[in-house]
Amino acid sequence: MTNESPRRRFPTGDLARISVFAALIAVLGLPGALNVFGNAVPITLQTFGVMLAGAILGSWRAALAVAVLILLVAAGLPLLAGGRGGLGVFTGPSVGFLLGWLPGAALTGWIVERGGSNPGIVRLVVACLAGGVGVIYLFGIPVQAAVTGLPLVQAALLSLAFVPGDVAKAVLAAVVARGTQRAYPDAIPAVHSERVKAG
Amino acid sequence: MIGIYVPGDSLLHHLPAWAKVLGLVVSCTVLVLLGSLAALAGFSAFVAILYVVSGVGFTAAWAQIRPLRWFALVLFVMQFVLMGLDTAVVSTLRIVLAVALAGLVTLTTRFADMMTFFERCFGPLRGVGVDPFRVSLLLSLTVRSVPVISALATRVREAQRARGVSWSMRAFAIPLVVSALRHADALGEALSARGLDD
Repeated sequence: MTNESPRRRFPTGDLARISVFAALIAVLGLPGALNVFGNAVPITLQTFGVMLAGAILGSWRAALAVAVLILLVAAGLPLLAGGRGGLGVFTGPSVGFLLGWLPGAALTGWIVERGGSNPGIVRLVVACLAGGVGVIYLFGIPVQAAVTGLPLVQAALLSLAFVPGDVAKAVLAAVVARGTQRAYPDAIPAVHSERVKAG
Repeated sequence: MIGIYVPGDSLLHHLPAWAKVLGLVVSCTVLVLLGSLAALAGFSAFVAILYVVSGVGFTAAWAQIRPLRWFALVLFVMQFVLMGLDTAVVSTLRIVLAVALAGLVTLTTRFADMMTFFERCFGPLRGVGVDPFRVSLLLSLTVRSVPVISALATRVREAQRARGVSWSMRAFAIPLVVSALRHADALGEALSARGLDD
């Protein structure tokens, strides 16, 4: 990003954005924060936060925000939906979905970054679907199959119930990202890095 | 924010974090290698004894397993249909035990101790230009930001309610994200003003 000055590879403004988005993803999973589906279905809005992080922060900052959150969860903070946290999450069957957040957020960010200073809604929807649904399932299902010993197809079937909700979340994340970027142009990754470069 | 850690004075509480994580890795490997029902029953007893020794109590133990309950049920039924009773019991039990063991490590290790252990693991990264000070700043800023963002979410929701707006995800999330970003950028400027860029 800033090859000419390696000392500023990690500007302080980015540091603040990364930690605030890591916190935002955590807050979206807090009980009572948002009960869109009346708590009946275990659908959380945390992946919605992951997609938003990608679309707004850009690839590497979004991946770093997710990494920070995962690290804090591993150390024992109950920051995942339903107050889950600790090492138990990492030996459980859904760990692949959690680790998939990392490349998922990065891919969403990468696609949005390619859109330049005015990423359209179509690009945002594609980015959120590819990163926030595609990549996460790509990591989640094989890991689940490996942990449970189920064949890949059966493991995929187990996840099928979550697909409609996840697709809806991806579209919603794209709409919210678009609205945010209209209200606050600095929420567009390309615009932000231009501004940081300009100093 | 309250961690998962349960204070106590047991042997497990006094073991260093690295020893517990190493023990967890070894036990999980053993667990994967165990195939028979009898061996798994023995392992279950071992886990149960560890929980009793740790003295974390039943509520804390159940909180570790609880998120798995529906998944375990569905998995058991699927395995039973596909591969018979023995396989179903073994593989379901294996997952529950692995989660219980890993949970026990977290239940008996302070957040700060675990973070110190992680920091030591990431020590070699210093060679590739990772600044440990910035990493710990990033982590503590995140911990501090959780209540701030949570308060922002409450405020946005209350403002919406006060205006009598019917529930709309868009009308909730956009103001929340914009105000979170404003907060982040102000925070970044405050950090720069304190000389963190140099």
